[in-house]
Amino acid sequence: MEFALAVRVENEPGVLARVASLVSRRGFNIESLAVGPTEDASVSRITLVCKGDERDRERLRRQLEKLVEVLEAWHVPGESSVRRELALVRVRADPGRRAELLQVAGIFRSRVVHVDRSALVLETTGDPEKIQAWLEVLRDFGIEEVARTGIVALDRERRAVPQAEFESREEAAF
Amino acid sequence: MRANAAAQLLRCLEEEGVEVIFGYPGGAVLPIYDALVDAPIRHVLVRHEQGAVHAADGYARASGRVGVCLATSGPGATNLVTGLATAYMDSVPVVAITGQVARPLVGSDAFQEADVVGITRATTKHNYAVTRPAELPRVVHEAFHLARSGRPGPVLIDLPKDVTLADGPFPHPQAPPSRRGYRPRLEPDPAEVEAAAAALAGAQRPVVMVGGGIIHGGAAGELRRFLETTGFPAVSTLMGLGALPADDPRHLGLVGMHGTYAANRAVSQADLVLGLGLRFDDRVTGNASRFAPRARIVHVDIDPSEIGKNVRADVAVLGDLIRVLPRLLERLLAVWAASGRPDPAPWWEALRSWQAHQGWDLHTPMELGGEEGRPLRPQGVIQQVARVAGPEAIVATDVGQHQMWTALLFPFRRPRQLITSGGLGTMGYGLPAAIGAQMAEPERPVWLVTGDGSFQMNVQEMATAVNYGLPLRVVIVDNRSLGMVRQWQELFHQARYSAVMLEPLPDWVRLAEAYGWQGWKVERAAELEPALAALAEARGPALVDVVVDAQENVFPMVPAGAALDEVLLENPGGRSPRPAQASPRRAGVGQPAG
Ligand SMILES: Cc1cc2nc3c(=O)[nH]c(=O)nc-3n(C[C@H](O)[C@H](O)[C@H](O)COP(=O)(O)OP(=O)(O)OC[C@H]3O[C@@H](n4cnc5c(N)ncnc54)[C@H](O)[C@@H]3O)c2cc1C
Ligand SMILES: Cc1ncc(C[n+]2csc(CCOP(=O)(O)OP(=O)(O)O)c2C)c(N)n1
Repeated sequence: MEFALAVRVENEPGVLARVASLVSRRGFNIESLAVGPTEDASVSRITLVCKGDERDRERLRRQLEKLVEVLEAWHVPGESSVRRELALVRVRADPGRRAELLQVAGIFRSRVVHVDRSALVLETTGDPEKIQAWLEVLRDFGIEEVARTGIVALDRERRAVPQAEFESREEAAF
Repeated sequence: MRANAAAQLLRCLEEEGVEVIFGYPGGAVLPIYDALVDAPIRHVLVRHEQGAVHAADGYARASGRVGVCLATSGPGATNLVTGLATAYMDSVPVVAITGQVARPLVGSDAFQEADVVGITRATTKHNYAVTRPAELPRVVHEAFHLARSGRPGPVLIDLPKDVTLADGPFPHPQAPPSRRGYRPRLEPDPAEVEAAAAALAGAQRPVVMVGGGIIHGGAAGELRRFLETTGFPAVSTLMGLGALPADDPRHLGLVGMHGTYAANRAVSQADLVLGLGLRFDDRVTGNASRFAPRARIVHVDIDPSEIGKNVRADVAVLGDLIRVLPRLLERLLAVWAASGRPDPAPWWEALRSWQAHQGWDLHTPMELGGEEGRPLRPQGVIQQVARVAGPEAIVATDVGQHQMWTALLFPFRRPRQLITSGGLGTMGYGLPAAIGAQMAEPERPVWLVTGDGSFQMNVQEMATAVNYGLPLRVVIVDNRSLGMVRQWQELFHQARYSAVMLEPLPDWVRLAEAYGWQGWKVERAAELEPALAALAEARGPALVDVVVDAQENVFPMVPAGAALDEVLLENPGGRSPRPAQASPRRAGVGQPAG
């Protein structure tokens, strides 16, 4: 079963390498990984998708939280979150099928971001299933190249932050 | 006195209370060695960087203080890796400082460049590449804090040469350091304590598993009070040995692969296991899916990632043992006072019968052999060593059969008395670790029980011991082979011996003399006592080479993958542990004794 973890980390050099190497050292394959800045300039956010059961997920989450640069890692369940991925695809657009291709692009709400004689570059955003379906359809036209961002996930509602209660009990200083 | 970052580094170390650094010089750390000339910190020149990190580790284990080592870039730094992994596995507070090529050269495959931060990421609690001289004081302060707080562990600081040559200012770090991503939970949640107390209160067959966390956390006193008040029986992991005196009547001994019959039986039959600061290593649990099948498991640990990692935890208490144990005891007594406690007598009756079943324990004099042409037997030898070393001694070991016999037969009485590589099982650890322990505890005798294989892995540190006048007492349990591997080949590979015979071996006595040690060889029982007495009296470092039976195996043994109650108590075919003057045991040969 795939699961997504959101990880808030210090925006410092080497943090991504630390997170990635921890994941593989603990025996997980990274299915998808996306990193970017957040509302707080000192914090980056990593969305990590791996495979495993509930126990694996919790094991990995706790290992991640052990890293000094990880501020928080939590599970983002599919049901209660929004998941999006952006994909860019260069598709062959033979004159005979160009119209058909544009129609398909419209159905999937993808934007045409580049056009030339032989190909189009399309952009689409969606949950991973939608992207997959979209690529299936495009395959028929002849995909030249694909670039995907990896999944980002956001809880639909503000999470009850267990962190606050946690912090009040632990030592302020050492 | 220089005013550069290298000098500042040493001032920072002083502020952290560092008295001694174990190190080895080279190009990238020349500025640090230059600054050492003026610094009050003592530097111990080891003969291999692996010796430096093991010595820092031994220093830390013996004293509870942070051990420090220093190595140059490239090969110096990569030579630290095994020692860092050793310290990481056993949660030992070490700070390692490595040189690095100058910042403009980083990434260019410069002379003696290695990506040490990358290489040691998985073998340290945290590591740093210092890129700005001004951040050095903060990094050092934080590194020591990380190394010794929460679950301790090694921390590495990589210092480019040009950084160490840079001038200040060096802003003083804020004390105490605060990292928002690092907040060990020390104080337990009262609800978790209550749940643990409730589980314990109703137990009819409880057993306490004492782990290394009791020693790391300095909670041996709290443990003793807990056990004295509750009367619960206890077993120890290898890393927990010494937390509870061996002669405590509630102590059933070592648990796990080479644990006592009673300890393993107790865990298998218990209806409640209270795990205190242990990580349920596979050497401890045997087949994890069949571990403590009848028990609810209460796990107390400071590291949330250990909870439920290897075995399920029915109740978890997160926190520092020194704070958890008194609270847990208080709550448990309150529950008992309110609702009564189960009668412990039937459980103790069973435990005592299992103790008797093994036929020997560490208080039983074991057969020594070494007479009438028969070889000396290592178990009897270790007991003799324990008698001569006495209760004040610190005992280091290497890895193998001699390590397990020491764990089983040495009456450890206090925390930090046994210095041994458990989690990584690093051969070659013993001698440099003993050096570190002796530096930390100059007043205590430091003994090393080693094997002829392990001792050769860092034998060069004999020179260090002489150099600094460290009166180490080394006993080589000389079986001319890699005994522990030979044992596995005999038991699990149909005695198809492969690459386990070590001959030709050096003449240990002459090697001792070559290094400026004293040395004696023992082949017969009558020679043992005088040689050990001479060893105990020797003014400088000395060794005794005790030639023992090469066929001897370590028992009890739970074969890898078996459950804890599927134990071999003696050799299916060969020699077996024997109390002196007792008849050979008959029961249980080669079959599950459960
Ligand atoms: C040849 C060989 C054979 C071996 N056979 C055996 C065997 O038969 N039996 C055996 O037991 N071992 C054996 N070992 C050792 C084994 O591999 C492990 O090293 C050992 O079992 C680990 O013990 P531990 O979990 O108690 O301690 P550690 O590995 O030191 O773990 C300590 C635990 O305590 C926690 N902790 C630390 N500080 C605190 C604190 N202040 N408060 C709360 N928790 C804290 C940590 O988070 C960690 O979970 C063998 C090793 C070798 C080399
Ligand atoms: C560095 C390292 N290499 C290999 C091993 C595997 N190993 C475990 S015990 C052992 C034999 C140790 O032999 P010796 O030191 O003579 O001790 P003995 O078992 O004979 O008492 C070996 C090779 C190890 N633990 N460490």
